[in-house]
Amino acid sequence: MSFYGLVDGSDSSLRKYLGALSGVDQVGADARAAMLATRSIKTSSKRWAIDTAISMVDLTTLEGADTPGKVQALCTKAVRPDPTNSSVPSVGAVCVYNDMVAVARKHLDLVGGAHVGLAAVSTAFPSGRASMPVKIQDTQDALDAGASEIDMVIDRGAFLSGNYIDVFNEIVQIRELCGTKAHLKVIFETGELTTYDNVRKASFLAMAAGADFIKTSTGKIAPAATPPVVLVMLEAVRDFYQMTQTRIGVKPAGGIRNTKDAIKQLVLVNETAGPEWLTPSLFRIGASALLNDLLMQRMKMDDGYYASPAYVTID
Amino acid sequence: MSNRIDVKKTYKLFINGAFPRTESGRTYEIKNAKGTFIANPCLASRKDLKDAVVAARAAQSGWNKASAYNKGQILYRIAEMLEGRRAQFVDEIITVTGVTKVKAEKEVTDSVDRLVWYAGWSDKLSSLSGALNPVAGPYYNFTVPESMGVIAAIAPESPSLLGLIDAIAPIIVGGNTVIVLASTKAPLSAMSFAEVIATSDVPAGVINILTGKKDEIAPWMASHMDIDGFDISGLAAKSHGAVRIAGAENLKRIYSFKSADPGRILAFLENKTVWHPIGL
Repeated sequence: MSFYGLVDGSDSSLRKYLGALSGVDQVGADARAAMLATRSIKTSSKRWAIDTAISMVDLTTLEGADTPGKVQALCTKAVRPDPTNSSVPSVGAVCVYNDMVAVARKHLDLVGGAHVGLAAVSTAFPSGRASMPVKIQDTQDALDAGASEIDMVIDRGAFLSGNYIDVFNEIVQIRELCGTKAHLKVIFETGELTTYDNVRKASFLAMAAGADFIKTSTGKIAPAATPPVVLVMLEAVRDFYQMTQTRIGVKPAGGIRNTKDAIKQLVLVNETAGPEWLTPSLFRIGASALLNDLLMQRMKMDDGYYASPAYVTID
Repeated sequence: MSNRIDVKKTYKLFINGAFPRTESGRTYEIKNAKGTFIANPCLASRKDLKDAVVAARAAQSGWNKASAYNKGQILYRIAEMLEGRRAQFVDEIITVTGVTKVKAEKEVTDSVDRLVWYAGWSDKLSSLSGALNPVAGPYYNFTVPESMGVIAAIAPESPSLLGLIDAIAPIIVGGNTVIVLASTKAPLSAMSFAEVIATSDVPAGVINILTGKKDEIAPWMASHMDIDGFDISGLAAKSHGAVRIAGAENLKRIYSFKSADPGRILAFLENKTVWHPIGL
């Protein structure tokens, strides 16, 4: 693997590459994210933003209590989010635990959802605390069951104790396993990385190791996809594009619950990485409750009065 | 002569247990009977109503699950808090409406008593409207009253405090949550009443109070899909027709009341009928 010519796979080259990164101005990042959050998006722009956000949702269920029935219902909803309105686009993907991938694959194919991605959370999600053979087997299971996207977690313990090469090698191994079969999303769990500098460092590490997407969080830890963290990651993919001419995707996940939050994320994307990133192949939003709010806002724009949760599915 | 500058109160809205300004930034002037300026309360917007509905919906299941005894206790607690702040309410009523002190005191007394009266109904409702129905089979068949959900209400222009309590208490005593639009001309006692509610163990979101123009907000209340019932007692009769038509589109239950009676509580309850086998 060439790693874009940025590193040669050795510990020393990785340290040199990460050491050369500029630091993040924390106050500046917070202020910029807060400033962009005040943009007012109305009428036809809002309409466009809602449909774009729907097409970017990774509709997620990651509960211990998940059942095949719940996953099937989620898949049906992913393909046709509003059964009464065929103009609503399908979501980007469904995101489930590994053992539910086979159920989801079968049901997606049954309901005409071949165009909807199927993401599996792998490598001992959400903690990432397992041996490498277990993580590899975990990922292989998901791939064999028909996953088209792998959401892997990094070993935050290794990252925080400075063993960057271990984190790097894990991502490289999972990348090789995915091959051309699946897109790889790398989850940092930014709530555990504590500083924006770490987020930037993890972003560049994952991108060099071959990630197709970098993802904020598992959704199990708060804070998750806060606007400044997403801003820092978007700046990282923008800078990485300038270095390598390769566009890496970003997926905020966790804490994005309503249309307003989602539109704020789209503004961040447009103003930071650029409009090229405003597509489901480069930006996804990991969420479950968000989709219903997007649908309700869409109904409100169509009908002229506020909708009720009684008219969307319970998830 | 004191040269101390008056500390004027900012009259804000009451949504989800907090006192936000209106999202729109709009206010309107209120004046007393002689035309003297009194205050600038908020002119609530459609988005304020939406925020209030979201809060009321979120609070409804928790409030509904509270025991009848607990709900009654909390209503009684509101009465206690109001009793403790009589002087302020008497002052505000006199300032805005210009009535005599005797009349203002009577309104506050009636308001406290009315709250206690509604509180008492809490644990008697199911006996009043529930039933053990006679059926020809080896079953019990019960009918029990259940809350309807989120209810909107328009308080009458006067009496501004007692009317507000008649708009709020009968709705919440049965387990509903409420968004009430206060008297437009005399909203001060409503916003001070919100302070009473905030110190009475009423869970956030159960009672939400807006101030503003009735003919502006009533149609939004009627057309909102997530409001289940609507008390239009405080709305001018000429506006009832349009509101009823808008509410019919979403099957909203819309009622107008003339007096305080238990029917006012039962209007916003729905009957649930349960079959249960008779044991050995």
